[in-house]
Amino acid sequence: MNSATNDNQGARKRILARLYASGTHTTVVPDVSIPPELSFDRDEKIERLTMLMSAIRTEVHVVDNGAWQDKVKELARERGWKRMLYGPQGPIGPEIETALRTTEDGLPELVAYMQPVETFKEELFTTIDVGITSTRGAVADTGAVVLWPTPAEPRLMSLVPPVHVAVLDADAIYDSMNAMMAAENWARGMPTNALLISGPSKTADIEFTLVFGVHGPKELVVLIRK
Amino acid sequence: MGTKTSFDFAGNIEGALKDDQLRRNLRKAMDILVEKRHTVFPDSNELQQLRAAGNAIKRRALQQLPQLLEQLEANCTANGIQVHWAEDTAQANRIVLDIMRRHEAPAIVKGKSMVSEEMHLNHFLAEQGIEAVETDLGEFIIQLNHETPSHIIVPAIHKNKDEVATIFHEKLADTPYTEDVEELTAIARRALRKRFASAKVGLSGVNFAIAETGTLLLVENEGNGRMCTTAPDVHVAVMGLEKVVAKLSDVPPLLRLLTGSATGQIITTYVNMITSPRKNDEQDGPKEVHLVILDNGRSRILADPQLRETLLCIRCGTCLNHCPVYVRIGGHAYGHVYPGPIGKILTPQMEGLERAGVLATASSLCGACGEVCPVKIPIPDLIRRLRNESYDQEQTAVVDGGGYKQNLAETMVWRGWELANRVPAIHEMGTRLAGAMGKHLPKVGPLKQWTCVRNTPRLARSTLHERVRNEGVSHE
Repeated sequence: MNSATNDNQGARKRILARLYASGTHTTVVPDVSIPPELSFDRDEKIERLTMLMSAIRTEVHVVDNGAWQDKVKELARERGWKRMLYGPQGPIGPEIETALRTTEDGLPELVAYMQPVETFKEELFTTIDVGITSTRGAVADTGAVVLWPTPAEPRLMSLVPPVHVAVLDADAIYDSMNAMMAAENWARGMPTNALLISGPSKTADIEFTLVFGVHGPKELVVLIRK
Repeated sequence: MGTKTSFDFAGNIEGALKDDQLRRNLRKAMDILVEKRHTVFPDSNELQQLRAAGNAIKRRALQQLPQLLEQLEANCTANGIQVHWAEDTAQANRIVLDIMRRHEAPAIVKGKSMVSEEMHLNHFLAEQGIEAVETDLGEFIIQLNHETPSHIIVPAIHKNKDEVATIFHEKLADTPYTEDVEELTAIARRALRKRFASAKVGLSGVNFAIAETGTLLLVENEGNGRMCTTAPDVHVAVMGLEKVVAKLSDVPPLLRLLTGSATGQIITTYVNMITSPRKNDEQDGPKEVHLVILDNGRSRILADPQLRETLLCIRCGTCLNHCPVYVRIGGHAYGHVYPGPIGKILTPQMEGLERAGVLATASSLCGACGEVCPVKIPIPDLIRRLRNESYDQEQTAVVDGGGYKQNLAETMVWRGWELANRVPAIHEMGTRLAGAMGKHLPKVGPLKQWTCVRNTPRLARSTLHERVRNEGVSHE
């Protein structure tokens, strides 16, 4: 371990010495500005996000702020979801509990993700059929929701279950990734993991035949709260 | 493959050209990729602006490369990411192995990474008794068939679905033969889910490393990259040292260029930004994140102002898709990890001209690669530079193996040519001689190579000057 560290320090020193001696500081950098980005009003943002994400098979529903839980129930009954993973301490945790912890028929059992994955992996990979999370926002120009997973809504929630339901506030849709990063000053501090998600997992590795649901979710449902 | 000291490029090309199935698969695939790129960049002016911006951003990164790498290291370290430096691929492999041993991990799940191919990591780990599992669907297919990627973005593009069906049927237990692509994909999903759930260590490449925040950014569509970087206890990221950019705001234009050029997408399914290992209060994610920064000849390439432009590359693969040579012979014929135009300029610089300089000959210099490159690497100029260095007439070569093609006979021929064109009397004599001998050109050496697939040039008995003198000029 110690000698490995020494080797590594030696490699580091030699590489950096070569780079500093390379004369690369004389590289000419043309004065070019980044092409202007698109900007949209509130409705256009919703429309564009819906259009772009739907084009790659995301299921987008625009719902009234107070009615998104009804949409979740409707989808759950329609699709026959059995076990839904959620984060009780997350921003939408209490609302999910209120809506789904009822005696009504046909609703999924709620599974809380509150333990280290080490004791939960088997259950997570084999028994959950839908994960529901909040989102930090979205970007309209390229079409993607933005997630900053937290201790209350861990990273694997949006990856392992076959269906991911993402709840988005219409007011959190930004024009572009740059606009969002600047407005929220991401450069000041990034989270453990930040994600842009534009659709369900997909591949075209065999003859460019597009297939959804390779390793991540087979379905992505975005509920935009208006 | 790159560990070979020499390879039979001409033989490979001949074999590939005779393989009708391969050529049909490639032609179809490359046409699709070219068309998709065209669709996602409909406005030519906008694309040119974006390319200029991408070029400037990457040039600025190279201008400050050592400073940015130190800043990246400092920020990653502050975030809890362990940073390692490797001068060559042997050191990089060793670093990965040490991490595997420390965690007593018998297997590693891998997201798609060209640097790990450059390291021949799978082969190295196998020798140490460790299994490397490729999880990108294309990589999974070719690994089952003991092949290497033939394209840097779509590694199994030389295979059609019938061939994939046969591979799955023969190599995976209890797998019935099916040509249904959905079913083939589902088979891979089932096989690999178990691996994601059980792996202790996951490996990924890096598309952009952001110095100001110490963030590693990865793009992908399948979700296997997120699996490899999230589900195991340990995440190891390997990157070439040219992957660093200064700021978060540098990323969006580069992302547009990368995904648009690579697969004709506005954005990939996932843009995955990793800034730290699992924090104390977090439930999942790797407890250790390691970043291996690989040189492997890059610092040498950086030292030449022209060759340096090779390092602007963001590995989108669009130069392959647009190359008339690549489209006809595919990636394997190049015999090295990086095929196509970018491989023609990168590989000879990494491995030396003697071993890999022949790659630079596989170009018609049509210029397509330079025209489509999202960061405006002047690939044709660099190909010509390497060709010149192979002969090194001016004794100024900087690439290893410069002048390896120099030979006395050829040098003398060119000296003679130079003399003949400077001294009119010799020129005159030469012309007469050529006229007299014109029908009897000896079919040897380079002339034989030329004439075995082309008509032998037949030189006229008299010069144009003489004919004009004798016959006059007809204006009819």
